[in-house]
Amino acid sequence: MLVKTLTFKGGVHPPDNKRFSENAGITVAPLPEKVYLFLDNHAGVTAKPLVKEGDKVKTGQKIAEAGGFISADLHSSITGTVESIEKNYHPTLQKPRDAIVIKREPEEEWQYLEPAKSYKDFEKDQLVKRIKDAGIVGLGGAMFPTNVKLSPPEDKKINLLIINGAECEPYLTIDYRMMLEFSGEIVKGTLAIKRALDIENIVIAIENNKPEAIKKMKEACRGTGIKIEALKTKYPQGAEKQLIYAISKRKVPSGGLPMDVGAVVQNVGTAYAIYEAVEKGKPLVERGLSITGEGIYKPINVIARIGTMANELIDIAGGLKEEEVDRVIFGGPMMGIAVPRTNIPIIKGTSGITIMSKEATRATERETMPCIRCGSCVDACPMFLLPFQLNLYADNRLYDKAVEEGLLDCIECGSCSYACPANIDLVKSFKLAKKVYKAMKGGAKR
Amino acid sequence: MKLSVSPAPHLRTSDSVRKIMLDVIIALLPASVASIFIFGLHALVLILVCVIGSVLTELFIMKLLRGKKEFKPDGSATVTGLLLALNLSVAVSWWQALIGVIVAIGIAKHVFGGLGRNFWNPALIGRVFMLISFPVAMTTWYSPFDLQTTATPLAIIKEGSGTLPPVKDMFLGTISGSIGETSALLLILGFIYLVLRGRIKLTVPITYIGTVAVMSGIFYLIDPAFGIPIYHILGGGLMLGALFMATDMVTSPMTKKGQFIFGLGCGVITMIIRYFGGYPEGVSYSIIIMNSFVPLIDMVTKPKIFGEVKSSA
Repeated sequence: MLVKTLTFKGGVHPPDNKRFSENAGITVAPLPEKVYLFLDNHAGVTAKPLVKEGDKVKTGQKIAEAGGFISADLHSSITGTVESIEKNYHPTLQKPRDAIVIKREPEEEWQYLEPAKSYKDFEKDQLVKRIKDAGIVGLGGAMFPTNVKLSPPEDKKINLLIINGAECEPYLTIDYRMMLEFSGEIVKGTLAIKRALDIENIVIAIENNKPEAIKKMKEACRGTGIKIEALKTKYPQGAEKQLIYAISKRKVPSGGLPMDVGAVVQNVGTAYAIYEAVEKGKPLVERGLSITGEGIYKPINVIARIGTMANELIDIAGGLKEEEVDRVIFGGPMMGIAVPRTNIPIIKGTSGITIMSKEATRATERETMPCIRCGSCVDACPMFLLPFQLNLYADNRLYDKAVEEGLLDCIECGSCSYACPANIDLVKSFKLAKKVYKAMKGGAKR
Repeated sequence: MKLSVSPAPHLRTSDSVRKIMLDVIIALLPASVASIFIFGLHALVLILVCVIGSVLTELFIMKLLRGKKEFKPDGSATVTGLLLALNLSVAVSWWQALIGVIVAIGIAKHVFGGLGRNFWNPALIGRVFMLISFPVAMTTWYSPFDLQTTATPLAIIKEGSGTLPPVKDMFLGTISGSIGETSALLLILGFIYLVLRGRIKLTVPITYIGTVAVMSGIFYLIDPAFGIPIYHILGGGLMLGALFMATDMVTSPMTKKGQFIFGLGCGVITMIIRYFGGYPEGVSYSIIIMNSFVPLIDMVTKPKIFGEVKSSA
């Protein structure tokens, strides 16, 4: 019988390049001498520091608290002394932001969240509180505070939980490795979320280019009522709105949230972090990430403390191939951000560091030509926008018009730029236009 | 070591505008080469004059008038030149063809801003300009191989006198007409190449040719004097126009729905001109007229944004 694979309309098929690191088992990075913990280690309002220079802190100790409803607590990721709170280059905001710098002491001492016990022994509200106290945010990259997602307003009835194991970004393999090596933990984390949301309908969604992960998760889910769904391998399959549509055919309304259609999406890494917070009492002080690409000698999947400098992780992965490297990217090649240097700390949302060679990025250097209205961007856009048209509006600073035509619906997945034969930087133009528009409307927070 | 901080995405397609243009040129080669065998060396002269003339015109405009010192030919001028040449009769002289391409590139394309900005297919504007300026040369047709003055199949239908060539000849291209339009076989061959390369969507050609087929069928049933449908499909510039000119990305609608409307409009206008107009052929005008409607068609066929909700305001 022919089974129709679940997917969405639009999107592109970039080479997946997972081969570099997909077979590298997860290792644990040695503790860094110093960590740099940004007060913006989450989406939303900047956290307020609770420590000052000279304070001794333990691993897992809360060092900054949420600055508002959409914000998150921050915990020290090593045991040591607060050296300073100083500006450092933030890898995703791409500007200097305050970070708490902690110097390590030889002996590691943990401060756990109490009590640590099976998720079954927690009440619904206790679970959400634990997730908040552990500073857990969406580890897929968006870093949206998880407790907020798990506390929908009264009028939003949630009846679908999707655990996102799509990992549609090329190169990155950490979610894949987590599913292979920590399937049991991920399932427990998932069941904890299920309990927190008090729902029945749970799907773990995995792209069909990861048959091993599908098999492993199926085994781990036996008897739990959790469904595993294979998705078509297509970018951006793991984007929240596209994923919800692929699984349930529900369309998140323009400007709305997944909860508007009764859905909650959590990344597999987040599910693992929730398991650790609930059953081990561990706040979010470390995460798994891939250090991968053509430009590195020994691609790895590694669990590292938040705030570790990227160059230290790059050294663990054998170092850069100096001659070949073109760019170092926080995240994957489609949505990741190329950073100007490697001594930049990782944050809670860093799912990987992709080191691309000149050969691999050559196509980005193609000559930019005028748009010939070929329609490739229109076919690629998973939000059914007309990127070429939006770009005209943005270029001519007709921001209101661009917004009228759906600028704010753009999910910045980069499919349009990927597909454009004229090599026009469409998505870059949209990101800029959004910023300008929000600034002009006075809605800019940063 | 210097790290590049170019914007995401860091992976891109290796496709390019030049590759697209090159594919169109490759697709037109069979019909171009055949035209030399069918209509003689003057066909080659016309092709060379048009291609070289249009590339030089573009270089002159870009480098000298627009001051773009970096400009390198992108293939689009070659396509325009080649298409215009294929739309000419061998009765046209080289200097008339040259004036045609200068108008096509200089006015129809660059006055509006160059590549990607023109409203109308430049080759067709060049052709229509020539039709008005050199009406005799542009409407004098020669028979294949022996090059005797003769009427095209559509003119025979229009006049209602003369003998129509066999359908086989219409399909192979050994009939009178513009040098590149006569062989349906070779045009379809080139078109299949473009489709296989993913360069062209089928909506416009299918609706265009389909509309012509249906309309000519209905009119034939009303009165056989309107002409046998197959002659309307294979005769004149329909194949060249529907497969290669109406499908021009720059001047056709963006969405499938829009392309359907566009193809339908082209078909209806072509047949109205053929039946009731002063000319026996209407492909050029119909495409140009529908080109003018593209912004409007694009506006009304805009796809609905994912998750878009009707505003209740």
